[in-house]
Amino acid sequence: MQIISERDVAIVGGGVVGCAVARRLTLEGASTVLLEKATDILDGASKGNSAILHTGFDAPPGTLEWQCVQAGHREYLEIHESLGLPVLRTGAMVAAWSKEEEERLAEVLAKGRSNGVDDLRLLGRDQILEMEPHLSPSVRAAIHIPREYVIDPWSAPLAYLLQSLENGGEVLCDAEVTAGEFDGSHWLLQTGRGTVRCRYVINCAGLYGDLVDKAVLGDADFTILPRKGQFVVFDKAAASLINSIILPVPSRRTKGIVLFPTIFGNMMVGPTAEDQESRDDASVERATLDMLAEKGKAMLPDLKNIPVTATYAGIRPATEASPYRIRNEPDRHWITLGGIRSTGLTAALGLAWHAHALLREQGASFTPLENPVVPRVPNLAEHLPRDFSRPGFGEIVCHCEMVTSREITAALTGKLPARSLAALKRRTRVTMGRCQGFYCSARLAELTRAKFATPLGVGEIND
Amino acid sequence: MTDSSSKTACTVAIIGSGPAGVGAALALHKAGIDDVVILERDQEAGGVPRHCGHPPFGLREYHRILAGPSYAARNIQAITEAGIRLLTGHTVTRLGKGGSLDLVTSQGARTIAAQRVLLATGTRETPRAARFVSGGRPLGILNTGALQAMIYLKGMIPFRSPLVVGTELVSFSALWTCKKAGIRPVVMIDEEKKTGVSRLVAMSHRYMGVPMLLGVEIINIQGRDRVESVTIRDGNGAIREFACDGVLFTGRFVPEASLARLGDLCLDPATGCPAVDSEGRCSDPAYFAAGNLVHAPVRVAGQCYRSGVQAGLAIARDLGGRVHEKDCPIPPDRRKRT
Ligand SMILES: Cc1cc2nc3c(=O)[nH]c(=O)nc-3n(C[C@H](O)[C@H](O)[C@H](O)COP(=O)(O)OP(=O)(O)OC[C@H]3O[C@@H](n4cnc5c(N)ncnc54)[C@H](O)[C@@H]3O)c2cc1C
Ligand SMILES: Cc1cc2nc3c(=O)[nH]c(=O)nc-3n(C[C@H](O)[C@H](O)[C@H](O)COP(=O)(O)OP(=O)(O)OC[C@H]3O[C@@H](n4cnc5c(N)ncnc54)[C@H](O)[C@@H]3O)c2cc1C
Repeated sequence: MQIISERDVAIVGGGVVGCAVARRLTLEGASTVLLEKATDILDGASKGNSAILHTGFDAPPGTLEWQCVQAGHREYLEIHESLGLPVLRTGAMVAAWSKEEEERLAEVLAKGRSNGVDDLRLLGRDQILEMEPHLSPSVRAAIHIPREYVIDPWSAPLAYLLQSLENGGEVLCDAEVTAGEFDGSHWLLQTGRGTVRCRYVINCAGLYGDLVDKAVLGDADFTILPRKGQFVVFDKAAASLINSIILPVPSRRTKGIVLFPTIFGNMMVGPTAEDQESRDDASVERATLDMLAEKGKAMLPDLKNIPVTATYAGIRPATEASPYRIRNEPDRHWITLGGIRSTGLTAALGLAWHAHALLREQGASFTPLENPVVPRVPNLAEHLPRDFSRPGFGEIVCHCEMVTSREITAALTGKLPARSLAALKRRTRVTMGRCQGFYCSARLAELTRAKFATPLGVGEIND
Repeated sequence: MTDSSSKTACTVAIIGSGPAGVGAALALHKAGIDDVVILERDQEAGGVPRHCGHPPFGLREYHRILAGPSYAARNIQAITEAGIRLLTGHTVTRLGKGGSLDLVTSQGARTIAAQRVLLATGTRETPRAARFVSGGRPLGILNTGALQAMIYLKGMIPFRSPLVVGTELVSFSALWTCKKAGIRPVVMIDEEKKTGVSRLVAMSHRYMGVPMLLGVEIINIQGRDRVESVTIRDGNGAIREFACDGVLFTGRFVPEASLARLGDLCLDPATGCPAVDSEGRCSDPAYFAAGNLVHAPVRVAGQCYRSGVQAGLAIARDLGGRVHEKDCPIPPDRRKRT
């Protein structure tokens, strides 16, 4: 049996939670390895979300989720500049469109304030329309939440993991964890790449969290009940129509359908909340997309003249109960951060602190790094300077998203090279614009020849 | 205009070096307007015909039948011979009021103040997403434009046995492209109950051994990494699954009008094309538009060239030049078209 990696802590799963945990533990002085089953990180729930940095105004009060969301929001704002991560300071409005919804706003306000979000404000129709003149005048009232922001959902976890890697952490992709043995002090984990030896394991396998617990510990104390959310992305021309995130008055089940700007300069409507069996099937359905587009137009009538750029779906790792499912096994040096349903992009940095605290309780002790390296990720946000604004970029490859050949080359190399089109899209935005690859697929196939596990070309013409 | 400084002026800037942009540039040249520049975002000039590796192109312009790439090369040669400035790798990113253009180049950003601007940015096909087609998003889903560019420009094959969506002229042209590359489509489908072409053209799928199903809708696209199958439902609700390794979305042309849209030019809400008057002038009088950017849903290259010529002449007249029909570099089109 060959051991391919030997570390203090193994982190199972490279979703946003695993990446944040890898960063925190590395900074606290642990030697870490992150094990990801796919060819790239972010292959589960973290692949498709709304990218909102939540304040926690509507989180269940007093819960770990509430704490982690607030801690995550705070830390993101502290570190984003140094890592090169963007924030779009949009603010949000919980908008009431009916009398009943209007009546529930008082509740929303009270809950928010008791959650420690003290800058909430009730807005009347005139105030709303003054701030958002394109919003449908059928809006009745809203709660304004100034610190709900929009971020880059892929660059953030990438930056977290890169910071771990730059400071001695390791990542292994194509390394699905399938089994493990604990001898009282060390784990031997079986992965798709070989055996990994470590003292502690943090299970951050998201949509597969329960299955990893079962495979390695023998049982799971929760079951993932995948909940899909579909989105419609509108053309960048829509971005000028709205500044804020427009949230619905929350129901018990989900945050509901939201209208919001993206960091990339688009406008989105979604997500739905659909229970399903599959943990991977993120397919979209026409009738649902039609419904979403109609909802968007009802809130923002000028959307009717704006073309659709993209459609996609994400899957939440929901479980039979709403709280995060944390399993702490001190005797087996194991922690599961499970069921991080719908706030994990924000809460990940907070969850990472929580994992660190639990590890210390389990007896682990590390010495924090004194001068950690702080890597910067390339900016993909529309409102900040992109690569094309720096001369010498080679050529523009993707014209819709203005992606340069220099950016693509960089993303195909380095500590965590893109090895699939999906990975390259997340790192550069290539083919994610209005033409969806009509103009650039051929050049991209050429530039990525022999770089991807699943190549864009299946063969060459030999004449 | 010196090409290195970041702020420059010119008489006419033409955005796009496809047939329309070329036709306009040559017409302006003949009409004595010297200070014309063509701005092209690609590294190679010539527009869509560059990757249409099939005839017939160039019948009216060059009185012979050419394949797309030779036709594009001829067009660019004519530009070079006329001494018209052509700047590739120049992406126009914003249309300002009165003809001021923002550009991005690898040498740096620049602005050009043009007295008149011609938009000749062409048309493209509607991608899968904007059609709200159900299913997953594995690799192997593309438009004809991407297929042609892969095959004719890069010699690469994106799939071996795709399902083809659409029955427009371009869809049948895509079947030929597939055949040439040894790709065997499994079936051709359309949501419409009728094809978008003449009976004669529609027959051609039979010669290529590709079955055609009309009035059917895609209800799922399956596959983890690459497309593995597509499920369709016909008008009677019957469901069928086709094993395939790609989905080719053809046609449903949409104008490449995002510059105009973001630049506050009025668009025709029905077509999404910039709204133009009989001279080809947009809502901001410094701007004109020609070619497939304004010919919804789509026209052939020769017609786009001609529409460029007419826009070039209109711009020349607008600038006070004396312009006659004989200045037109190609004979007037006598055939009536709809
Ligand atoms: C539609 C939608 C909208 C959302 N909107 C927001 C929002 O606006 N703001 C916000 O803060 N949050 C939002 N979220 C929530 C957020 O996306 C999730 O909470 C978060 O992505 C969960 O991350 P994770 O790391 O726990 O799981 P995942 O992202 O699922 O990561 C788990 C990783 O583990 C890997 N893995 C699985 N099994 C194994 C194994 N056996 N061995 C090795 N690796 C394995 C997977 O491949 C995957 O990469 C939204 C979620 C959805 C779906
Ligand atoms: C897939 C496909 C297949 C076709 N097949 C045929 C065929 O077989 N026969 C036929 O006759 N016609 C065909 N056509 C129609 C085609 O549109 C016309 O032949 C013709 O190319 C249109 O000419 P144009 O000048 O209007 O635009 P295009 O040829 O499309 O040229 C537009 C040019 O503008 C450039 N451009 C766009 N935006 C910018 C910007 N912001 N800055 C700088 N430059 C920019 C583009 O790079 C491009 O070079 C096809 C079209 C498509 C999409």
